[in-house]
Amino acid sequence: MKLIEARGLTKEFRIFSRSEGVMGAFRDLFHRRYRILRAVDGIDFAVDRGEMVGYIGANGAGKSTTIKMLTGILVPTAGTVSVNGYVPHKDRESYTRGIGVVFGQRSQLWWDIAVIESFKLLRRIYDVPREDFRRRLQQFDDILGLSGLLNLPVRKLSLGQRMRCDLAAALLHNPAILFLDEPTIGLDVLAKSKIREFLKEINNEYKTTVILTTHDLGDIEALCPRVAIIDRGKMLYDGSVDNLYSQWGQDKLEDIVKRIYMGQKPTSGSAGGGWDIG
Amino acid sequence: MVNRLLLYLELIRMEFVNNLAYRSFYFTGILNYSIQIGAYFFLWDAVYAGNRVIGGLDREEMITYVIIAWVVRSFYFSNLDRRVGTDIREGKIALELIRPYSYQMVKYARSFGEAIFRMLFFALPAGLAIYLIRPFTLPIGWDSVVMFVIAVLGAFVINAQISMIAGFVVFFTKSPTGVYKAKRVIMDLLSGLLLPISFYPGWARDIIQLLPFQAVSYLPNMIYLGQISGAAAFKVLGLQVFWITVLGLLAHLFWRFAVKHVVIQGG
Ligand SMILES: Nc1ncnc2c1ncn2[C@@H]1O[C@H](COP(=O)(O)OP(=O)(O)OP(=O)(O)O)[C@@H](O)[C@H]1O
Ligand SMILES: [Mg+2]
Repeated sequence: MKLIEARGLTKEFRIFSRSEGVMGAFRDLFHRRYRILRAVDGIDFAVDRGEMVGYIGANGAGKSTTIKMLTGILVPTAGTVSVNGYVPHKDRESYTRGIGVVFGQRSQLWWDIAVIESFKLLRRIYDVPREDFRRRLQQFDDILGLSGLLNLPVRKLSLGQRMRCDLAAALLHNPAILFLDEPTIGLDVLAKSKIREFLKEINNEYKTTVILTTHDLGDIEALCPRVAIIDRGKMLYDGSVDNLYSQWGQDKLEDIVKRIYMGQKPTSGSAGGGWDIG
Repeated sequence: MVNRLLLYLELIRMEFVNNLAYRSFYFTGILNYSIQIGAYFFLWDAVYAGNRVIGGLDREEMITYVIIAWVVRSFYFSNLDRRVGTDIREGKIALELIRPYSYQMVKYARSFGEAIFRMLFFALPAGLAIYLIRPFTLPIGWDSVVMFVIAVLGAFVINAQISMIAGFVVFFTKSPTGVYKAKRVIMDLLSGLLLPISFYPGWARDIIQLLPFQAVSYLPNMIYLGQISGAAAFKVLGLQVFWITVLGLLAHLFWRFAVKHVVIQGG
């Protein structure tokens, strides 16, 4: 039994267009015109416990939309998804106790209260025993260097400081799965390497499954033996990073990914392995 | 169950402590309330020249009514509508879906923490200060005091629920500030804060009596004044329970709708 299993996962959005002018607005009252945008288009995706999977794709490819479906924030238009034994959008209350989520673009800590207060609340929200809480916080502090930040309200933190706190917050309840949507966005090299080191250790020690989207291929190189590439809603490649290197016969991941985004297919070696052509 | 209770207690405590840290913000608030109460005091003092009885209240009762209405408001008032409206407009309620708690209960608990802070550092000192400057009538008996305190708690809940619903209404409009303003005007007028309900013409009273707003200010004030007492006071509490149930249901429906929209359409 896979920890995460999605089949034919699809999400369509309705994009409403507004007509111009007064008459147009009047018409819209009765008949709103829209087109359908298929942001995620029938992807199959399975992940085992303890894996770290990088999920990449160009802007607008559908990464965040996928993450939102896996976390239960969005209901799929079609397809099935099961994570940790639950259907995310149906069994929210029990499902969310087993996952941690970080959206790099926006903090989930309470904006106006001290970080430590947020943490204490999270302890209550997820019913974390006091001793576990103390130990984990200590451990996170050792790697991420949180101690100077804990008494500040989130709105006073820099982006990198905030991200470190968000990461710690997402892991205080020791979730089986950690979803990260661009966790290193806007961070300096030092902050990035700290976060990578942290994720590695967490994955190592707790066997936490990590799904992470990023535009920084350094994250993938440092953390993820496996990478999934999505393009305009469709899964383009799902396999090992090593395999990518050998298939493309290049030594820089960035060059490979650039070519993939431009729509090229591997030339050397045996195509097939991991490629979804069709 | 117990765990959730502990969480909400923690939220109340946290919001209380949080408010302590930002208390300078409240000095402007105190000034604002002093001006309001002062202005209404002089207004009603002038209106009542000649010791008449208007709408069942004499001059002394009217002045007490105004003071109590505003002091109690400084307890139950909150920005819940703005907070919920902002969560909705900025799509933050999507992020609430990944938490194993009730969004509304979290908001109510935080508001209550703020209300306790306001009571201790705002309503009670203000009431005391006003009493020292211009003594007003105190409740006649302990039973009035007890009923009044319970009714004020009910007022807090009903006001919070109405604010919650107003916040959800932001979902359907392009002008959130319009919603907040409309809610404020409706609350000020129909709750009896600005004018006791007994001052309204008969037809208006008939309508207001069918609405929840008067349970926030007018009815608790009348209990304070002893104009409503005994069985009638219990009926007021019963009415509050009724409205808390109805409004709770309504807020739940709005929440369900908002969530449905978010999970289907992405906010
Ligand atoms: N709530 C929404 N309503 C309408 N369209 C949406 C919505 N959310 C996303 N989209 C569209 O779906 C597509 C995929 O968006 P998504 O956010 O998943 O991309 P992404 O891969 O995360 O991109 P990025 O790297 O820029 O974060 C985009 O074309 C986007 O415009
Ligand atoms: Mg994205």
